Amino acid sequence: MGNSPLRKAGIAVGALLILTWCLLPVAWIISLSFKSQESITNGNPGFLPGDGTFAGWDNYVAAWDNEQFRRAIFNSIGISLIATVLSVIIATLAAYAIARLEFKGKKLVLTTALAIAMFPVVSLVGPLFDMWRAIGLYDTWAGLVIPYMSFTLPLAIWTLSAFFREIPWEMEQAAQVDGATSWQAFRKVIVPLAAPGVFTAAILTFFFAWNDFVFGISLTSTEAARPIPASLSFFVGADPFNRPASLLAAGAVIATIPIIVIVLVFQRKIVAGLTSGAVKG
Amino acid sequence: MKNIVKKYGDGFPAVNDVSIDIADGEFVILVGPSGCGKSTLLRMIVGLEDITSGDMMIGGKRVNDLAPRDRNLAMVFQNYALYPHLTVFENIAFPLRLAGASDAEIQEKVRTASKTLELDEHLERKPGNLSGGQRQRVAMGRAIVRDADAFLFDEPLSNLDAKLRGQMRTEIARLQKKLGITTVYVTHDQTEAMTLGDRVAVLKRGLLQQLASPRELYENPGNLFVAGFIGSPPMNFLPAKVDGTKVELPFGTVEIPAEKAERVAGKGLLIAGIRPGAFEDASLIDTSHANLGSTFRAKVDVVEWLGNETYAYLPFEAPPEVQEQLLQLEKDLDGDSLRTQLVISLDGASRVKEGDEAEIWVDTTQMHLFDPASGDNLTVDHENAGQIPVYA
Repeated sequence: MGNSPLRKAGIAVGALLILTWCLLPVAWIISLSFKSQESITNGNPGFLPGDGTFAGWDNYVAAWDNEQFRRAIFNSIGISLIATVLSVIIATLAAYAIARLEFKGKKLVLTTALAIAMFPVVSLVGPLFDMWRAIGLYDTWAGLVIPYMSFTLPLAIWTLSAFFREIPWEMEQAAQVDGATSWQAFRKVIVPLAAPGVFTAAILTFFFAWNDFVFGISLTSTEAARPIPASLSFFVGADPFNRPASLLAAGAVIATIPIIVIVLVFQRKIVAGLTSGAVKG
Repeated sequence: MKNIVKKYGDGFPAVNDVSIDIADGEFVILVGPSGCGKSTLLRMIVGLEDITSGDMMIGGKRVNDLAPRDRNLAMVFQNYALYPHLTVFENIAFPLRLAGASDAEIQEKVRTASKTLELDEHLERKPGNLSGGQRQRVAMGRAIVRDADAFLFDEPLSNLDAKLRGQMRTEIARLQKKLGITTVYVTHDQTEAMTLGDRVAVLKRGLLQQLASPRELYENPGNLFVAGFIGSPPMNFLPAKVDGTKVELPFGTVEIPAEKAERVAGKGLLIAGIRPGAFEDASLIDTSHANLGSTFRAKVDVVEWLGNETYAYLPFEAPPEVQEQLLQLEKDLDGDSLRTQLVISLDGASRVKEGDEAEIWVDTTQMHLFDPASGDNLTVDHENAGQIPVYA
């Protein structure tokens, strides 16, 4: 094509626009987290901290020194990981059954799963609050893990069953002829092949659990189970009318780090086309 | 090795009442056009498909209800079904690992197998980076690394190009002879069937048509279907009226041996089947041979000269009764030739040209006569025709 340099430039400009749009708030929060408290009260609208208001790592140290904050991070990591692991395991097994077996009510399972996913989260908070208090799940890890799982399972099942359907039947049959039990064939052949799907489902589940605010704030009352997004909203500092914005910003940045780590770790596993070469080319 | 009577069906019997007895170390081919149930049959042997009724016996043991892993058979799939996340080495080692073999044993056996298949330099690669022929060899490696009771091949060469197919065919034959292991091989390609098999089972719509050695199938086909399926170019079918030892063909009247004539006496209109190779340019026949057959004159439509031989095409008109049976046969064979014509193979030295009226000699001892209604070969030599099941 004749206009290929122009095209390249267009793509670069477009990408830059989208990146700015997406990352500007993040950049702003990072900038905020390095400003001192005074800088914010005095009004310092610049992106870079004004003279003498650069706070260095102070805000981070202060946020980390907060016992409540550390508990919340710990809660969030624990709850999200448990919800992710359980959700992925259950979803893998369920999706495999849906992709491979013919059974009555298969359609029903799939549509119900979809219906659950479409349910507005907020509408469930009230009833859950009452139920959890009645059965003693209120303000516990399990009380959050269960709703996270039930809201992420449908998506995970749908994603994974699509992946399983892509895997040729012969792979499993070959494994069985080679002497594998159904379980061995599933574990040694099917799951490794569906790994990109498994990791996709895991990332989505982890995101949902980590970012959830509604459940986190409604179903907890102490730092026994309060996750990080809810905990940040309790970060008021000494003066309730003058919220420590820079401290909050530092907390928010810290809270984002696990997500970035998880994505970077899992993204390597999400390589498309892992099944290429299984069957004829 | 087994003695099976199997019926399979979900209303439609994909494999119907097939019995095949395979001896230890034998190479048996299941062949037929697509949809004849040959793959289903193979999958029933290995245990991937349920058996509706009948008994599957391996080494005197009924295995109908055994899971594939308990049957100790090795299978090569049509699309190879290699594990893409494992290296070639691990692919071949997979059955051994499942069996819980020691590392030393795995090393030794995989190396032996890879040497046999010339895969040594590819052991650390992933199947995705291999060529079709190499993948094929890996799939075979996975099969031979175990001490399986039998090998099962499901159209293993159908994904390869023609040249590679020829090489792999020889390779498989060599391997089977070397290992001396019982093998069942499914194919729709009659060349593979003829060249590889000790015995060939021809199937049509789930029914066994004939089970015999390639030579027996070629020389003594049990019915029209087998006759048309085996051989390339295929056997010619012509309408024929028998009167004593004289057979009236569209091109003229020829003499047939008395014992054949006896079997078909009084049958009226028949279908004559003659292999292209049974014809020859009359001018090239030495006199000692000439009296074995008859000659006739016919107009040649198209000539294809291939060097060592010449194919000549001679169109003819068939009466409607025969025409219908021939059309049905074409359908069964997955063919679509609409023209009734005689294909004859002449010596390359023949000077017959397109449009010529040629003098053609035919070896009538090689002619078969089929009943147009049932398709049965009336002149079959049962002594040399293997096993031809009779269906009610």
